[in-house]
Amino acid sequence: MKSIVYLVIGMFFGIVLFKSEAASWFRIFEMFQFRAFHMYGIIGSALVLGIIITQTIKTRKVKSFYGESIKIDPKDKSVKRYLIGGILFGLGWALAGACPGPMYVLVGAGFVPIIAVLVSAVVGTYLYGVLKDKLPH
Amino acid sequence: MEFLFNPWPWFVSGPLIAFTLFLLLMIGKRFGMSSNLRTICAIGGAGKKVIFFNFDWKAQRWNLIVAVGVLIGGYIAANYLTVSDAVILNPETVNDLHEMGFKSAGTAYMPTELFDMSVFGNVKNIIVLIVGGLLVGFGARYAGGCTSGHAISGLSNLQLPSLIAVIGFFIGGLLMVHVLFPLIF
Repeated sequence: MKSIVYLVIGMFFGIVLFKSEAASWFRIFEMFQFRAFHMYGIIGSALVLGIIITQTIKTRKVKSFYGESIKIDPKDKSVKRYLIGGILFGLGWALAGACPGPMYVLVGAGFVPIIAVLVSAVVGTYLYGVLKDKLPH
Repeated sequence: MEFLFNPWPWFVSGPLIAFTLFLLLMIGKRFGMSSNLRTICAIGGAGKKVIFFNFDWKAQRWNLIVAVGVLIGGYIAANYLTVSDAVILNPETVNDLHEMGFKSAGTAYMPTELFDMSVFGNVKNIIVLIVGGLLVGFGARYAGGCTSGHAISGLSNLQLPSLIAVIGFFIGGLLMVHVLFPLIF
């Protein structure tokens, strides 16, 4: 039953990502050129509502649909890992024109070469796991 | 109904993304699209060799199911909810892209030069896709999240690490588009 819930939420999100054009390589390029408000509008409005939702859940101690308390663990404090990791991610995001969510969207939409990007992203994740202890965090 | 088949404006899309975040929080999960890549590594048996992947992936199976849903959503949107998938860009951006050799700019969803089957005959462009994917996978795990996990979910939680990561995303993206693209394309 829960699996179907995850699947439906994913489908909903996938449709939104495709229809918003946030999964378009062109839109990411245009965003980094600061030539259109579109992507900033998407991220900005999602963020404003996201802050309201998250903060309301936290301060009002809202229970989940299953009646459990919702706990959001804060990320470990650090600068290096977020900055270096973030820069590497940003380089790839602009180059491939897709972050992980859109990669799945584009596979579904039938853009076969995105599979090369997705497989490489899995390999990249694996390489991080291998090198983790040698990297500054 | 026509609005459904046209591209969705930002003021519809953004709130719907926030709604996705809301749904995931309300079923006790976190909004993030890159953790599933780690789950894939673990399912592939990477935990035997690398401690980072030695975790109970069955407990993380949900994020992979969400990813499969996203894939199906992409199929539905592209095949049943779209008349023309041409992305209408800023004309200056279209000009720039044409000069860089992306002739499909302004008439397609993705550059055909990188995302139709002809790419498999072009070594340079295939390398572009592979390097891009490697950086996204490596960077997302190093930074502990991607666009959804940090820029939406993490910033919504008002956590400083996510702000640092998002600043990193933009440093990397701007560096790629403004400094490296002229050298690559």
